[in-house]
Amino acid sequence: MNYTDTLIMNSYNKSPAPSNISLDVTGAVGVTDSATASHEKQNHQIEIENPKIEIKGLDFYYGKFHALYDINMRIPEKQVTAFIGPSGCGKSTLLRTFNRIYSLYPGQRAEGEILLDGRNILRRDEDINTLRAKVGMVFQKPTPFPMSIYDNIAFGVRLYERLSRKQMDERVEWALNKAALWDEVKDILKQSGKALSGGQQQRLCIARAIAVKPEVVLLDEPASALDPISTLKIEQLISELKDSYTIAIVTHNMQQAARVSDYTAFMYLGKLIEFNDTKTLFTNPQLDQTQDYITGRFG
Amino acid sequence: MMNTVTGNTGVPVPNRIAGSLGDRLFHGVAWMAAVGVLLVLGAIIVMLTIGASPAFEKFGFFNFLSTAEWNPVTEMFGGLSPLVGTLVSSAIAILIGLPVSFGIALFITEMAPPWLKRPVGTAIELLAAIPSIIYGMWGLFIFAPFFADHIQPLLTDTLGELPLIGALFQDPPLGISVFTAGIILAIMIIPFIASVMRDVFETVPAELRESAYGVGSTTWEVVWNVVLPMTKVGAMGGVMLGLGRALGETMAVTFVIGNAHKLHLGLFEPGNSIASTIANEFTEADGEVYTASLIALGLILFIITFIVLGLAKIMLLRMAARQEGRPA
Repeated sequence: MNYTDTLIMNSYNKSPAPSNISLDVTGAVGVTDSATASHEKQNHQIEIENPKIEIKGLDFYYGKFHALYDINMRIPEKQVTAFIGPSGCGKSTLLRTFNRIYSLYPGQRAEGEILLDGRNILRRDEDINTLRAKVGMVFQKPTPFPMSIYDNIAFGVRLYERLSRKQMDERVEWALNKAALWDEVKDILKQSGKALSGGQQQRLCIARAIAVKPEVVLLDEPASALDPISTLKIEQLISELKDSYTIAIVTHNMQQAARVSDYTAFMYLGKLIEFNDTKTLFTNPQLDQTQDYITGRFG
Repeated sequence: MMNTVTGNTGVPVPNRIAGSLGDRLFHGVAWMAAVGVLLVLGAIIVMLTIGASPAFEKFGFFNFLSTAEWNPVTEMFGGLSPLVGTLVSSAIAILIGLPVSFGIALFITEMAPPWLKRPVGTAIELLAAIPSIIYGMWGLFIFAPFFADHIQPLLTDTLGELPLIGALFQDPPLGISVFTAGIILAIMIIPFIASVMRDVFETVPAELRESAYGVGSTTWEVVWNVVLPMTKVGAMGGVMLGLGRALGETMAVTFVIGNAHKLHLGLFEPGNSIASTIANEFTEADGEVYTASLIALGLILFIITFIVLGLAKIMLLRMAARQEGRPA
């Protein structure tokens, strides 16, 4: 079945562009093993060495609806990878497989492999709570918990670590500092998280996600409900965070993808069409379909 | 009979003669409905007070409340025993019913596979539709003997051995008791509390739940730390609804509580409640003081319900004030 889908993918991407891209951005060019090399030829993507997340033959279903088709890609460590594509192309669906948040809903299922540091997280016996502590997520709408600002940050930490009062204070301050929120809230830590503005709430959610010291941070359109100034702050934050975390961001906004990401994946109708370093994808896309999308001819 | 006017389109439209009249009529009816309820409420309070006054005159309000003696022969009446019976059986009902209802709501909203959600939800709602007389009969003929034979000895051997609270569980296993009434009441109020809780749990936005799961919480941690704080106002409303029903429940309680006018420490002793006392004795209440004493009990039940609802409102206001820093 995997093989059949690969054939479909082959015929799907009829394009005059060269099918194998070798762009030296990270110095990570070169065929690593024959299996991935053959995938990359068919999927028009840049080669990534030592990926944080490696996706192999991933199919995703909402009940009977087939939402993702044979996704193969490697997400580089401590870089920002953006996912773009028209609504319904499956980019959020793909992101939601990385921490298996989809499994909250019966009927949604993923087939294939997603390797986090070489370990398949789709295995049945994977400890899903520990996985989610490692792979944090921030959603489109700010979702502060109904508790104080301090407790919003401390909540996740308390689930996994026993910290003294002082250590916890330090952790909360550290996370809020990382999220560029500390100066605005340091005097009102006891107030409800809901008392903050939308932009502040979203940064609170980012602080909450990084407070548990995850390895990967997933951002699902984190700025689409925010005003331009808050958006700018979130974008600055993303570039700062990539020093410590692997970041995957889904966005509708192509300018935003171009601004914040190192790599960009273009998806269409549940398939990964092109994956390249951001500069090349936006200035010199290898496929007509990508070209059409980023120039606004469809989608 | 019907005037017509011509609109911009040139199509004749019926003139709304009824318009202003209908409006005023509707206004009046709505007003009457609202005021009517207040009038009925006021009338009930007034009539209860008038009816109860002979008893209060003879015994004094606080004396009536603090005396347990109930003797129709000497015409000495005190409401302490039914008052305590009402409060204790309702408290037992809430203590048992609340955690069970919470578990049911949690199961339906967070854990049940989709095909099981509806059957369980419907079954819970059907429980609420069973008439209380059925609960009473079932309680007396089936549950009480079973309880006396199997559960009561077990409780006496375990809880009865504990210091302090042990004395509550040491009486002989008769089956009919304040404790049995509390359990039957718990079963009766569970559907109310559970279905309200389920409804309010389902109002929590999916994103919020996902973010809570997204930091690695277990189902319990999500429900306890996020869902419940978000919905505590509504959930508390459900609890109050259940408590209100437990306080006033008459038929089922009368069957199983034992109807003894005695104040006991033990929960396994027969007792009575306000509603069961009134139901049992109204037909045989001869003499002004006897009748007045029963009406006085009714007034007290009314006051208790008022206080419970008032306290609930105050609690909710305080919770809301604490939860909101300022509106976002």
